[in-house]
Amino acid sequence: MNAQSPPRAGPTVAAILVALPMLAVLAAIVHGATGADPALWAHLTEHVLARVVANTAALVVGVVVIAVALGTSLAWLTAACEFPGRGFFAWALYLPMAVPAYVLAFVAVATLDYAGAVPTAMRAWFGADLAVPPIRSTVGLIAVLGFASYPYVYLMARGAFLTHGARVLEAAQSLGYGPWAGLVRVAIPLARPWLAGGAALVAMETLADFGAVSVFNYDTFTTAIYKAWYGLFSVETALALALLLLGFVAITMAAEQLARGRGRHTAADSGTRAPVRLALSGPRGWLASAFAAAVFAAGFLLPGIALARWALEVAPVDLDARYVTYILRTLSLAAMAALACLALALVLGYANRLSKGFATHAAARIATLGYAVPGTVLAVGVVTVLGGLDGAFRTLAGGEGLWLQGTVLALLLGYVARFLAVAYGPVLGGFARIRPSLEEAARSLGLAPREILARLHLPLLGAGVGTALLLVFVDVMKEMPITLMTRPFGWDTLAVRVFEMTAEGEWQRAALPALAIVVAGLLPVALLTWRMERAARAA
Amino acid sequence: MSFRIALQSRLAALAVLAGIVFVGPAQAAGEPLVVYSARKYQLVEQLFQEYGRERGIEVKSVTDDGAPLIQRLTAEGANSPADVFISVDAGDLWRATQAGLLQPVKSPTLEAAIPAHLRDPEGHWFGLAVRARTIAYSTARVKPADLSTYAALGDARWKGKLCLRSGKAVYNQSLVAMFINDMGVEATERMVRAWIGNLAAEPFSNDTLMLKAMAAGQCDVGITNSYYLGRLQNEQKDFPVQIFWADQAGKGTHVNISGGGVTKRAKNRAEAVRFLEWLASPAIQQRFAAVNFEFPANAGVDPLPEVKAWGAFKPNSVNVGLIGKTQPAAVMLIDRAGWH
Repeated sequence: MNAQSPPRAGPTVAAILVALPMLAVLAAIVHGATGADPALWAHLTEHVLARVVANTAALVVGVVVIAVALGTSLAWLTAACEFPGRGFFAWALYLPMAVPAYVLAFVAVATLDYAGAVPTAMRAWFGADLAVPPIRSTVGLIAVLGFASYPYVYLMARGAFLTHGARVLEAAQSLGYGPWAGLVRVAIPLARPWLAGGAALVAMETLADFGAVSVFNYDTFTTAIYKAWYGLFSVETALALALLLLGFVAITMAAEQLARGRGRHTAADSGTRAPVRLALSGPRGWLASAFAAAVFAAGFLLPGIALARWALEVAPVDLDARYVTYILRTLSLAAMAALACLALALVLGYANRLSKGFATHAAARIATLGYAVPGTVLAVGVVTVLGGLDGAFRTLAGGEGLWLQGTVLALLLGYVARFLAVAYGPVLGGFARIRPSLEEAARSLGLAPREILARLHLPLLGAGVGTALLLVFVDVMKEMPITLMTRPFGWDTLAVRVFEMTAEGEWQRAALPALAIVVAGLLPVALLTWRMERAARAA
Repeated sequence: MSFRIALQSRLAALAVLAGIVFVGPAQAAGEPLVVYSARKYQLVEQLFQEYGRERGIEVKSVTDDGAPLIQRLTAEGANSPADVFISVDAGDLWRATQAGLLQPVKSPTLEAAIPAHLRDPEGHWFGLAVRARTIAYSTARVKPADLSTYAALGDARWKGKLCLRSGKAVYNQSLVAMFINDMGVEATERMVRAWIGNLAAEPFSNDTLMLKAMAAGQCDVGITNSYYLGRLQNEQKDFPVQIFWADQAGKGTHVNISGGGVTKRAKNRAEAVRFLEWLASPAIQQRFAAVNFEFPANAGVDPLPEVKAWGAFKPNSVNVGLIGKTQPAAVMLIDRAGWH
């Protein structure tokens, strides 16, 4: 490879290769959607679409607002302020990430709905006529999904605030701003690209959610897709609905671009000093502690306790040696998928750094589209693509059987199609913080692009790589529909077990595998956040 | 052909003997049996393994909802490893048959064990457990004498006192489909709209939640699959909700099935048929249903004592396969009536 002038086509080709799996899955979905039944479509337009569009929009906006408000304020408090318990909360506020949204949803409904323990106790105290606002409402669902997804924003925002660290505080203080004015006037504008990235992840996750919305019986695009498929027996019409949903995603992405504004991921100041935190003294400090504690309790501690109580009840019957296998399967799939997504995200991110062309950019957009597609729709695309590939293999190589379908490779393809976006965001942010001047210097020293990636970028990407691994790992642990539809025999995961219990309405029995997901997820979350915190402190 | 003779026997001992006799040429006894099951792990896995041990073969299974399993079978096509498909509602069996994924099975054993309205006339699928969807009422606030038909739940006296599960639930869709078959779209839609007008709370995402809401006093009457109540009564003996068999003076209570069929491309067809026959045999039928408080499809087998305590009832005996055919119409009706 010529060191002086890196090949122009290389990055574009690499980016397109990374986008190929998703492109194939998309093609399968589009192809399927062309078979949509016009009569069913007319019915949906008349009786279903207006409602689900309005519901979906309300949900996404509400959840993003809650998640951004919680995530940004908590990140600011723990990164730039000092208050009692800050060290603990800085780390603990990541933990709700390990709790799947559908688990938080069923804990909320089981404890806070009319027949749940809390309203029942309240009626016992205040009389049977006491009207408790129903948790199974739009507001209740927005709150649940907000608590489940704020860690995405918290993670991104905290990274940004720590990077800008002391500089921002000094700037804010020199302008005479207090901590909140500093946040609003200086830190948020600087952190906009990260906040927009976190908000986009939350929006896409909400668009694709099926578990939590079905627990709340709230009709969105996803439930309409399921109904068309399961109830109207028309997978083609379901796929057409999914395509329409992708239109929504396009709007979300455009909104993200706007929200980023002209802001760029800015390079870390090489002279960053250890962060000087603003001390919140007296009542203000305790108020900050109370806020952090409340979010931690609602997002992790209380649901964790509820889960643990139910799990203990069923453990004598349901807990056995199989759980070792479930946990190992879950962890190994999550690890494989995290590595695969990271590798592809690095290729994609690097390609986009080397080439600013339209094709490269478009390839990145397509490759990361899957995060907003309901898992089950992606799974239909994946099995269709694999079916086609298996057919081609049989034609070429002869013989019978399935080469890809029902293998771990099929699962990984599904995970990559779905979760590449989750790895790509942090990697992109990491790349952006590396000054181009460093690259130019490396190139002038005669290093090839591959060497620059390995020797310059990877070490500097540090936190971005950790974030990418963590997010994909945790998402795969919680993933249901793709795992269900493409897993090989014997590859049952903890999420599969949760599905089987909840599908039969046995939520309390589902608490055991759900708790296992949370506990198994804690280790990687704790490990990676601890490392990231340490790296941030070192910087 | 020689298999046919063995299959006619209902005695497990003879079946095992037959397996030994025919193991040589057919080499079927060693091949694993592959089951795609929408009936969930905790309800079937033990029986699957037991069958495998009895036959000296491996039984491999994956679980998922019916629709994704059908999609998986479709994508795998002729090379699918699946031998048996098991669903939890008649609609999915009907659809799998329509999609050409199941093959007809002629088995005197199955035909003798399973009543005609619970199996496909051509043998594509056979009901294995019966789930009745009927009226549930609060024993604290409702007398059985106040109840009669599903349609009467739309009467003014139940205004603000009715709870329902979501219209997205397949069990409600098949209930509506049955009514469309019995009394036409218009009368059914009037009935459903009257129900919706009587709701005490937003529809629930599952029957268990709804039954608990009834027990807690949020509403007085509802519609449930009987086994959900069976589980709750099993956990709490004095659970204050009871079963009422609906439409006994009319066409009978709505029933659906959990059932199975042999896949079109089954590699292990003889074993698949034998497996279904084993599941339909009296001893296994009892356990297959009992684990979930359901009714055995085999008419000669008693349900659990606590299920029997709900009393005998007349089921609607129109073939359950018709439910599948009408299900899309039912879903559209549910959408029009605003049953979310």
